[in-house]
Order: sequence, then C-alpha cells, then structure tokens
Amino acid sequence: MGIDKKTVEDVAHLARIELNAEELEKLSSQLEHILAFIDKLSLLNTENIVPTSHVLAINNILRKDEPKASLPIDKILKNAPEKQGSFFVVPKVIE
Amino acid sequence: MESCKLTAHELLEKIKNGEIASEQIFSDLSKRIEGVDSKVKAYVRTSDSQPLVHNSNFRGIPVSIKDNICTEGCNTECCSKILVGFNPPYSATVINKIIESGNSFMGLKCNMDEFAFGSSTENSCFGPTHNPWNLECVPGGSSGGSAAAVAADEAIWALGSDTGGSIRQPASFCGVVGLKPTYGRVSRFGLIAFASSLDQIGPLTKDVRDSALLMNIISGYDPNDSTSINTPVPDYTKDLINDAKGIKVGIPREYFVEGLDPEVKLIIEEAVNKLKTLGAQFKEVSLPHTEYAVPVYYILATAEASSNLARFDGVQYGLRAKTQNLIDMYKKTRQLGFGDEAKRRIILGTFALSHGYYDAYYLRALKVRTLIKQDFDNVFKDFDCIITPTSPTSAFKIGEKVDDPLKMYLSDIYTISVNLAGIPAISIPCGFTKKGLPVGLQILSKHFNEGMLFRLAYAYEQNTEWHKMKPKL
Repeated sequence: MGIDKKTVEDVAHLARIELNAEELEKLSSQLEHILAFIDKLSLLNTENIVPTSHVLAINNILRKDEPKASLPIDKILKNAPEKQGSFFVVPKVIE
Repeated sequence: MESCKLTAHELLEKIKNGEIASEQIFSDLSKRIEGVDSKVKAYVRTSDSQPLVHNSNFRGIPVSIKDNICTEGCNTECCSKILVGFNPPYSATVINKIIESGNSFMGLKCNMDEFAFGSSTENSCFGPTHNPWNLECVPGGSSGGSAAAVAADEAIWALGSDTGGSIRQPASFCGVVGLKPTYGRVSRFGLIAFASSLDQIGPLTKDVRDSALLMNIISGYDPNDSTSINTPVPDYTKDLINDAKGIKVGIPREYFVEGLDPEVKLIIEEAVNKLKTLGAQFKEVSLPHTEYAVPVYYILATAEASSNLARFDGVQYGLRAKTQNLIDMYKKTRQLGFGDEAKRRIILGTFALSHGYYDAYYLRALKVRTLIKQDFDNVFKDFDCIITPTSPTSAFKIGEKVDDPLKMYLSDIYTISVNLAGIPAISIPCGFTKKGLPVGLQILSKHFNEGMLFRLAYAYEQNTEWHKMKPKL
C-alpha cells in the first residue's frame, strides 16, 4: 500500500499540523519511501497471532475513590500562553 | 577540576572519608563545563535556571538529566521549539528519588533529539551535540547530550531515556556504559512521553558499578505510573562479581550479517573471546524475526507518539501561534513548533492508526511484536543472556544521514528489538576503531534480570581497560 500527496494532506489535517507546499512535497516522498520499507511486514502470515500492546501481563490498576489534593491552579497555569483568572484562554469557539 | 574525572562510587568513597565535599564536586563540574562545553555542547544553555537545584540535604553527587525528564523549577523543553520556556509544575519520580537519596541534579539539562526522535542528537532545536572523541561526529541519540557529558567528564553520571536504543546507542558511540532497564522497572512518571509501551529511563555512567548504584536509586514501583511493576528491587551492587564462569550466552546469527561494519565485527569477536577466557559459554542462536523489528518499531512508536504529542496544541503550555480560530491555532502552532522529524513521525503514526489502514499497519505490527518477543522467550529458556554489537557502526559524521530518515532509522537495528520485547540491555565499551572511535558491546537478558547484565558486564570490565580511556578535549 502506498501513500500519495492527497493522503498525506488529509492525515496532516487529522493530526492538526499545517504543511506548506514544500513540506508536503518532501514529506510525501519520504513517507512513501519509509512505507515501502515497512511493507515488508505484509510478507509474514500473522493470521493466528495474538497482538502484543504491553509486554508484561499487567492489569488495570485502580486506586481508592478518595479525594486527594491536586496541584494548585497557579502552578498549573504558570506555563499557559494566555490565561484569565483560573482559566486557559483560547480563541472563540462558539459564535 | 580533578574530581569530575572520577566515577560516582570513587567520589562517594572520598565524601565518606571526608576527603572531598559535594560542593567541591559541583564546582569542579561547573569549571569543566565552562572549559569544554563550547566544543561538545552536551548541555542546553538557553535556560535561565541555576546550574544546581538546591537540595538542603545534598551530600552526594549531582546527576545530569536529559531534557525530557521533568525537573520542577528548572526548564524541561524536550529540545523542541513547542516547549521552549516550559517550567514543570512537578518533578519526575526519578528526580524525587535522586533527591531523597541525598544526591542532586544539574540545573543545566542534557541535549537530545527533539522529543527523543532521532539517533544522532541532530534533531535538537538548540543545535547538535558533538562527540567528545571526534567533534565532527555525532554522539548518537537521542540521549546524545547525556552520553557526551559523561564521556567528556562534564557529568559524573547521567539519566537518559530509551525507546528504541536512545541510551545504548549513544553510550556505544561515546564509550560509556548505558542501561535500558526492563519495561516497568523504573517509573516513567514525569518523563515526557514518546511511545508509552516502549519508553524507559535509565543510567549513563563511566563504569558498571555506577550503573548499578544509580539503578538502586531510581528503580521501584510508583503508584503514579500504572505500568511500573510492583516487584522488589534487589541491591544491584551484589551482582558485581568478577566471574563469568558457567554463564550461558547466545550469539544471534541474524545480527552478524551484511550492514555490520567489519571493524566493529572484529572488535565484538575479540570481546567474545575475552569473555570465553573468563569462563562464559557461547553458542550461536537464532532470533528469526529480527529483520522485522525496525518496521514494527516505526509503526508502533510513531502511532503512540502521534497520540502522546496531541497534547502540544498551544492551549496549556509552550508555544502558541496567534490566530482567529481554534483549529487554525492548533495547526499553526504545531507547524511552527515541531521540527521536521517530529512532523514526519506524527503524520506516519496518524496514518498507521487511521481508518482503512489500521489493520494493515498498526494491528499487523502489534502481531509481529508478539513474534519478536517469542523469539527472545525461546532463547532465554536455554541461555542467561545474549550478546550483540550495540550498533552496526561507530559514530558517523554530523550531517551524514540527516537527509535520509530511513538510513538513520537503520542505525538502531540492534537496539530496537529489546524495547519491543520489554527486556533489559546494557551497552559497555569494548574497543576502538582505527580512527579512535568507541565501539559498544550489548548484553541482553530476560525481564527483571538486570543482575545478570551487571555480572557479565562487570566481569568483562574488570579484565579490560576500555572504560578508563578518556577523550582529549
């Protein structure tokens, strides 16, 4: 399976990354090259193989449902590009 | 000035005997950094934080920290434009453990490939680090700053992170000891995530004893990391036994094929012969799915990265592009903030996870990961460890591979399988090429068997002189 410029453009939008024409051109050809190499995986028969997402047998870890102190709001907001009171400010979303 | 040339265990002994104070070590290190870092560039120098973060109980050795491990009060920028100026509201668990142990950390952070995406430290928004053994060469990556700092005596010991070889490959290129612990051995809390099912923090040190000492400090279960494993941490210094008798070692034939530099091959064979004289028993083994490790890795690691890096959107921290609407703000911020390799990986990972491609790429890669893990399980039924070269070549020239991402990815061909299987591995210095560049020997073992790595590595080290060699700067 290959990847064309249109697909790269669509995926970049899904990933919320703006690309200029030059970046799109370069990325498309590089990704095509990389995917051609990755396609070697299709040579293997994986029909009855169980997928591994984590290597050790770990279970869901649950903690007791007890209230605990969170980090103070001013600490969390100190890196915000724009803030107001105890909020992050973003461009207007609702008209 | 002299104290920075010593190992942590030598310095701790001197501190105990009242021969030197921690403050003196720190001041010697600062002078050394002042003297040579303009050439090596192991540290990120733009942050305005203090060189040493105060620890009122400081009686030990400062640890140098990779720029993707959160240090409260001291900028942590992942060497990415999107995080410039980021000052974490809390410290990583490993940092708290270092401070609790009476040690401290350098306020200057170690250079790295942006978000740990790379094998050369050239993908840093602050510019590349230079290999102390040859300033025209890369130090390896992504923990290239940590490895170069240790090699250049600008650090006593350091922490890096390893997702596909990012501790071991730079350790090999810089002639130091680098360990990737078992997945779950060390808490990832406060490590800025790249690929969460592969990432581990680990030590870069001047010798094997220091590696064991630093592992004693940073290992252990952490309720803040639900993938850390609740199993007791042994005293790793107990495994520092100068004896390799009876240790059964497998040599995987798939690692000694085309692409392996003949000079590196020769040096590894000499190291194997040395270990034979020390009593280790060698036999050829097979890891039949080795050739699929790099393609599996570049699907899974990029898929996980694309998800982990979704948080860098200009809302809560870091860079924000000025725009009128929200979607444009995300897209512009990420265009300006991420470097080329970060964009490449996020887009590749998003592609592998997207509708219509998920089964063919992501799911298939997860299945092949199972096959790669089974290869190791089979070998470890009969063998205590596996020995391989850490990297197919010694350090390459700065700029040599930047225009060919695939070529760069292939420099991790011997380290990636270890992360996919979640097993521990160590790289130790085992010789030099004719051009004077270090070569690393990689030892692998089964889950939670770091002790075996330390034992074999220590026996080799005590009977060779490679770890004592210093670059001329």
